[in-house]
Order: sequence, then structure tokens, then C-alpha cells
Amino acid sequence: MTEATASTFQSESSQGVKMPSYWGVVFGIALLALIFHYISPGVLPDRWWPEWEIPAEEWLTTRIEWLKSEATIFGIAFKDITRAIGEGLKAPVKWAEYVLYRGHANMSWIWLTVILASAVTYFSTLRNGLIAAVLFLTPILLALFLGDAAPESITSLPKMLSDGLKGIGAKALYGPIPWVAIAAGVILLGHWIGGWRLALLCAVTMLYLAVFNVWKDTMRTMTIVVVAVPMAAFVGVVLGIWVTRSKIAARIITPIFDLMQAVPHMAYLAPVAALFALGPVTALIATVVFAMPPMARCTILGLQTVPEEIVESGKMSGCTRRQSLWKVALPSGKRTLMLGVNQVVMQTFAMVVIASIAGAQGLGHKLLYSLQQLKLGTAIELGIAISVVAIVLDRLTQGYANKETDHFAVAKTWVQRHKHMLIFLVILVLSYIAAIWFRDVTIPPSKLTYTGAEGKVTLFDPKVLARWMDGGIREFNKNAFDYINPIRDWVTLNFLIPVRNFFLWMPWPVFVFVVGAAAWRYGGLSVLLLCLALMASFIVTGFWVETMKTTYLVLIATLLCVIIGVPLGIWAARSERVANILMPICDTLQTFPSFIYLIPAIMLFRVGDFANVFAIIPYATVPAIRYTYLGLKRIPEVTVEAAIANGTTKRQRLWKVELPIAIPEIMLGLNQTIMMALAMTAITALIGSTDLGQEVVRSISTQNFGRGILAGFFIAALGIIADRIIGSWADERKKQLGIG
Amino acid sequence: MSAEVQIKCRNIWKIFGDNPKRFMKRHKGAPTPEALKEAGYIGAVQDVSFDVHAGEILIIMGLSGSGKSTLIRCITRLNDPTAGEMEYEGRDLLKVSERELIDIRRHKMGMVFQSFGLLPNRDVLENVAFPLEVQGMDKAERVQRAKDMIELVGLQGRESYFPRELSGGQQQRVGIARSLAVEPDIWFLDEPFSALDPLIRAEMQDEFMRLQQKLKKTIVFITHDFEEATKLADRIGIMKDGRMVQLDTPEQIVLNPADDYVAEFARNAPRERIVSVGTIMKPIDPSAEGTVLVSEKIGSVAQQVLTASRPMGVVDETGQIIGSVTREDVATTIFSRDAA
Repeated sequence: MTEATASTFQSESSQGVKMPSYWGVVFGIALLALIFHYISPGVLPDRWWPEWEIPAEEWLTTRIEWLKSEATIFGIAFKDITRAIGEGLKAPVKWAEYVLYRGHANMSWIWLTVILASAVTYFSTLRNGLIAAVLFLTPILLALFLGDAAPESITSLPKMLSDGLKGIGAKALYGPIPWVAIAAGVILLGHWIGGWRLALLCAVTMLYLAVFNVWKDTMRTMTIVVVAVPMAAFVGVVLGIWVTRSKIAARIITPIFDLMQAVPHMAYLAPVAALFALGPVTALIATVVFAMPPMARCTILGLQTVPEEIVESGKMSGCTRRQSLWKVALPSGKRTLMLGVNQVVMQTFAMVVIASIAGAQGLGHKLLYSLQQLKLGTAIELGIAISVVAIVLDRLTQGYANKETDHFAVAKTWVQRHKHMLIFLVILVLSYIAAIWFRDVTIPPSKLTYTGAEGKVTLFDPKVLARWMDGGIREFNKNAFDYINPIRDWVTLNFLIPVRNFFLWMPWPVFVFVVGAAAWRYGGLSVLLLCLALMASFIVTGFWVETMKTTYLVLIATLLCVIIGVPLGIWAARSERVANILMPICDTLQTFPSFIYLIPAIMLFRVGDFANVFAIIPYATVPAIRYTYLGLKRIPEVTVEAAIANGTTKRQRLWKVELPIAIPEIMLGLNQTIMMALAMTAITALIGSTDLGQEVVRSISTQNFGRGILAGFFIAALGIIADRIIGSWADERKKQLGIG
Repeated sequence: MSAEVQIKCRNIWKIFGDNPKRFMKRHKGAPTPEALKEAGYIGAVQDVSFDVHAGEILIIMGLSGSGKSTLIRCITRLNDPTAGEMEYEGRDLLKVSERELIDIRRHKMGMVFQSFGLLPNRDVLENVAFPLEVQGMDKAERVQRAKDMIELVGLQGRESYFPRELSGGQQQRVGIARSLAVEPDIWFLDEPFSALDPLIRAEMQDEFMRLQQKLKKTIVFITHDFEEATKLADRIGIMKDGRMVQLDTPEQIVLNPADDYVAEFARNAPRERIVSVGTIMKPIDPSAEGTVLVSEKIGSVAQQVLTASRPMGVVDETGQIIGSVTREDVATTIFSRDAA
């Protein structure tokens, strides 16, 4: 019943003769073509004809060159525009650097402005969009003043102030915010949002970062995060509002978002790096562009799901259009908007870690370096740091989104209501004062020492631990490789390589035919045309081989994810206890930036396709588990009860009732799995692969951006093809079942 | 009732579909139900005309899908009617500018919603003060006014609660307080008590009548509950498939239903609580003994009349005898529902 569609069923019964099914015909033709290709190779084309190849890559490269050298917009050179943007964005990044870990001679000036700005905000009774805009712009303007372009007259006053402080030995006062204060701030924030449990999680994380000497690198990463998050959130909200208000905007922007969602992180770096020099600004722009769509989507969702009566009650209260938006719609959708911010933060963090290949300093950069040097001990320390920071960011933002407002707030005194803030301010001031005498208050020491009677004793040194772990891993590998390597090699030789060779041997018309048949069957003409156009794009530009390598990796990984994920999902749906364990694990796995999944893969299998598949699985299995679980859980109680009343066994119920109803949802999970596997293949390029992802990575180091942009687009193209076909199938199926 | 007309609606149409204006034009402004169906258009409101008099409670009643909610949204311009004329205090409500409309809503209209429509991010006080806030009233004044309104609906002490922390009945009290905060001339209530439990509903209906006795607003009230309509209304308009099939006093609807559809509602109505003595009284009977008041509902005098051995006299407010009422009259009025 799941396979036989309604129409074939009808044709069988009406004519009384068994007609071959649609897929029977399609696969029959494909098989015949393959046999023919095997018998007489060379007749069916296995590559596009070189003389007909479209030189898209060269064209793109010359376009980029032209943009960078000659192009003008309204008489202004394009390169000057990008340079101006680059300089403009450098300023807030610098400002964040000063505050978080570098310190600056003008710190006193920064503090003065911050105090003034907060005072103005607090005492201002005007609570509207204007204040929000001012708040948003203040740090940027401030940073511009503090940048290199600031006029002498403005900077001279704080310089004098700073020099004066230096004169009296208060050097620490123009250092960054002491780490003690930042850590205390995060812990207090955790307590305010999520009580003691979250505060404890924050405390452990902060301690880890300090003790394992990754504080400075974390702050380097956070520099871009703190600048990118407000920018991405702001642009996302503005675009989201625009889409809900203008039909034209919706028609233009929505498909762009669809495309952007399919493009893996990595691919954002190539076009940005093409226009801006490698460095933090490129990382920042790519991050903002990558992290913005979820915010826009959540804004759209939040605005569109405001209950009709609330909108109407606003209108009947006499709201103007602007008041309706700012006072009714946006606050009512606050929770959805805050979940958007949560996604922006997580995406930003994941992207900044990956942006290390385009010149972003920090945790990702160090991790990439240690992976490439096979310093696995350090890699593990860094991986843990990235993971715990990701968890803390996730819990804090999600907790804030779900935070219930305290309705006894009015009865409390001002001090009670602001106790977290006040404690933080006290710690901030105290830590600054302490920093005058103790350097370790500003930045954590690289190792823990204790100076006693018998001199300096090292209590803990993360470097030593890393080296010890390296040794341990090497020892483990030495022994385990006797068992691991044969398995890896056997699977690679007998399973992975043959499948890959098949994909490379297969004539492209067969691939186009089978994919096109699926598109036509489930999506109709429009999906067929879209899929044909997308397939043509990588075939005629000479990317067939790389694309097939990606396709093969993703197919195998997806297959394994489904084999692992679907039974786990079923298991979780049947047992509350399993679900309670499995679902939080899934949540946590999804908060980690994809980058860290490379660590265990390299540790166990070094490089190669086997390691790549291994790295994809934990990342891409999550949607398979979750959608299966949700699909089964959403089956109406009555349906299951009816099946029980009909005398089905547990097994019959699963196969004949539950799975057929849940299958559209499971297919959507499969869809997500494919998307995530595609994104992950791009990441695995960092540890060596030969597919599209590798093209993206290499294009950035060789500055051959045209190739990188194309390869990134083709990864997205594969994703869109899969998404449209599976999506249409699931939609049709849901309609047949009368759900959704 | 010859009070002044506050809202005048003439031939209101609201049609949903691809291009309702063009459709209306093609059918010369009066498409038949068959034409609507054939073209795939939905005639939510079809050719409805009525007046709302100052100070009356006009209840619009109908089953779900009869177009009553759409009609109230047309009058408040939350939905623009496809065709028709609407006058409010002599002004053409369909031609006023956006600005004027907002002004009318800010000062003249108040509305209560079925699912309350409270702003989830604001507490009770802020919700009630909201209409005052958007019209720019300064804080001290609007807080004072909001507090008065909260007291009026009996929610004092809960000013800093958020909607989700209140029961359905309490939430609707907030909705009522908010809609009254601007001291509107005309008060729209869209199924205000339908989302509430029966017990709370009865309590809120009494509360509503108490408020109305105090405030004497002009009210347009929507409900699908015929009993509620007869309990509260001065006049009831019954809607069916987008058309207003009868608009009359509760008594007339019960005693003289316009068609079978209305009769079906009227059949189960508690006549003794709707029909007044004046409606069934006969000319003066000299043999009458004792008197009852003409404006009394027959339910409240039934025991008196039924246990009396002779007809009873009917007196007006001044004590003047103006007619008589017999046992038979009362009995047939109360029990004739089964005969209908």
C-alpha cells in the first residue's frame, strides 16, 4: 500500500490486466541502458562533451576580477565600496576585541560612553523603536570614533586620561573586561534566566575555558559572534517585516531564502572572500549572511501566527499601522522572535568556527590547525571547549525566550529587581581594581601554579594534559588499528569504492533520466523543469565527477543514517524512558557546530571516505530519529486504539498502521538528513576529500573563487533537487492520508 | 422604539473570492445565491440592512457560518464590505479616511472578542490602558483610568497579572475593561461569552446587564446562543446564510417567527421569560380580580394568574387598568411551543 499509488491501483483494477508500474518501467529502461553501456561502452556519454562545455568558471572568475578592478556603481568604484564596507565593519570588530580580550589605551573612553548610554536609556521614558535604533547604532558609532579614523581632538582627551592612569600605575584600567567579570556575568545571566542549574552549567563552562587555557581563543571567536548576532538579527527582522508587508518582497525574498538554506556554511565563504580580503571582516560578513535567514523566517512566522483577534483588538484600540506592528504584532510574537535569536546565535557560532579557513581567529582556527597537525589531544580540548560554549549559548538564549515574566515584580524593590545587574557591576569594579595587582584577573594564566615555600609548583598545565592524551591516543591507535584498519579498509574496498566507481562509470543521461522520472512523478512539470535545470548546471560546466563523488557520499551516509535513525525513532516512540534519554541527546548533538564531528572521525580512521561517512553520521542521523519519533507520536490516539481493538499484534500495528501514517513525516526527516549530510560533506573537505566540498575549501586557499562559488552552488543544487522531490512526495502522501 | 439612529446599514454585502468587486458589478449588485455558488464565491453577508438605535442592545444571532461575525467586522471596518452603505452619526463610514477611522475607533468604538484578544506580553493594567496609550494619553492619566475600569469589572488586585495567569472569565473581564476604557459611544461584543463555561457564562451575562444599566451604551452583540439573545436583547436580528431573516423584539420573534428557520429557534425558547403580559392581554374585563403589571414577563406572574379563579386585570406603571389576562392565555403562551 505504501508503494502502490492510487492511480496505478486504479489502472490495474479497471483494465483487469496487470500493467507494469511506473517505477518498473523507469528502472527497466535505466537497467537496459546500463547493460548497454556495459556491453558497448562509449556510445552513451559518461561525460559532457568538452567542446560543448560552458566555461562558467572562467566567466565567473573574470566577472569577479572585473568587479574588483573596474566596476563602478553611480560613478563610485566597486572596490572602493567594498573597501569602505570592510573598513566600516572592522571598527565594531575591533571594539569588541578591545573589550573582550585585547584592551586599548582608550578603554576609559569606552566605559564613559557605555555608562552614559545606559543612563540615557534607563531614564528615558520613550520606549519605542527610536530608542532601539539608537541603542543599536551607539556601539557602531562609538567604534567608528575609536577606530583609526577618529579625529585627534576626540581621542586626545581619553588618551590624556589613560596616560594619567598609566602614570599612577593603574595600567589594568585600560585592559579588557577582566575574565573574572565576564565569567561572573555569564554565571549571573545563567542564574537570572535558568536558576541554579543553568548557573552551574555556566560556571563549569567558564572554569573549563579558563583552566584549559582557551579563554583568549574563545573571546576571539566571541568577538565576531557579538558583532554578527545583532547585525544578523536586525537585518533578519527588517527583511521578515518587509516580507509580511509586501507581496513583491515575499515573491523575491522567499525563493532566495530557500536557496540560502540549501547552501552549506562553507560555501558562503567563497563569494565573500572574493570581494573582501581574507580576515575577520570576511568571516563577519559570511556569518551575518549565513545566520540572517533563520531570523527572517522566525520573524515572518511570528508575525503571521499572531492570533487574528489580537491583531483586530489592536486595530479596534485605534492603532495606526506602525503601532499595530510595534505594539501588537512584534511583542505578541516575541517568543518566536527570541527563538529566531537563539538560531541566529547558534548559526553564528557554528559559522565563526568554520570561518577559520577564511581568516577568522579563535577556537575554530586552533582546532583546524591541531587537526591538520594530528595533535589530537589539543583538538579534544578545543572540541570540548566549542561544545560547552555552544551548549551554554543555546541554553541561555532558549531559556530567555521561554522566560516567564515575574508578575510579582512590581512588589519588589528596585534593588531586588536588579540584583543580578548590581552584583555584576560590583564584581566588574572589584575585578578591575584587583587587576591592578593581579594580572591573572584580566586573562587566565596559561597554567595553574602555586607559589609556596619550595618555589613555584605547576598544579595543572593543559599542554601537558594534551600531550599525555596525544600519547594515549597514539597508544590506543597502535593497538586498535590492528582491528580498526582492516574493517575500514574492507568496507572501503568492497563497499565504498565500488559504489563510487559505479556513480562515476554511470552515463549521465541515466542519472538525469531516473531523477527526472522521480521529479515528474511526484512534483509534476515545474519540479521536473527545475531539477533538469539544476542537473544541467553541473553537467555542462564540467563538474560531473565532483558532483557524483558528493552524491555517492551523501547517499551512503543518508542510507546509514536512516538504518540507524529510524529504528531509534521507533524505539523512542514506544518507550517513554528511551525518549527521555534519546531526545536530549539529539538536542545536544544538534547544538554542536558540525566542525567538531571531525575529531572522533580523524581519531579513529584518519582520513578517507570512511572517515568522512563516519563524521557525517552523528550529525545527520538526528533528523531521522526525531522525525520518525514525531511522526509516530502524532498519530491520533484513536487510530491506535482502533487498531488494538481490531486485534492487531504490536508488530502488525507498527507495519500496517503506524508506519504508513507516519511515513510522510519520516520522509521529511530523510529530507533534513540529506541536507545535513550535504552540509557535512563540505566540512569533511577540511580533512581531505575529493568532492565539491574540497573544491570550495581549495578555492579559498588558492583564491580561485569562481570555482568555489560554483561548487558551493552545486552542493545546494543537489540539496534542492532532493528537497523538491521528497517534499512533493510527502505533500501528496499527506493529502492522501488527509493530514497536514 | 423611536430613539435616534446611531448606525445605519443599507444593503451590506461581503463576498469572498478572487475578485468580488467585479463579480458584484457583473451581477448588477445583487447576485443570487445560485450565481454565487456557481462562480465559487462565498457570500458571507448578503444584502443586509438595519439600523442601530442609540442606547439599545441589538443582538445579532445565527449559527456558525451565518455571517454574523463578518457583519460585525464590516460595521467596525475590520473587514471592508464589498458593497453597501454605512452611516455613523450621519458620516459615511465607508468613505472616511484611514486617519478618521482610527480616530473613530480611538474615541467612539469599543470591541470585545470571543477569544479575548488580549496582548500576551502586557499585564492586566497595561492591557486595559493600551487603547489610551496608543491615542497618546499621558501615563498617570491612563493608569488612573485603567484602574477605574479594572475596578468596574471587579478585577482590582490583579493589575499586574498576565493574561495567561487568569481564568477565561477573568480574561474576558479584562477584555471588557479595555473596550470600555476609551468610554466608547457604541460597544461591539463578538460572542463575548461563548468561550466560557456555562456557569461563568451566566455570571458574566448578569455582570454585563449590571454594567449596561450603569453605562447605557449602544450595543451590538453577536451570539449563537438564542437563550442568551433573548435574555439580553432589546431587539434580535437573526441571520442565516449571510442574510438577515428577521429583525425584531424577542417577543415578536418568539410569537411571530418570520419563517421555519426562526420558528425552530423560537420553539425551544423559554417563552415565559420573554413574553410580557402586555403582549397577550385582552381588553378590560369587568369580572377581573386582582392586577398584574403590563411590563411584567408572564413567567413572573404565571403562578398568580394560573391559581386565580377569575381573569386578572392588567395595569400600567401609573396603576391604571388597561386590560385583562386569563389563565388560558398564559397557559397557551407557555406551552404552545410544542404545538408550533
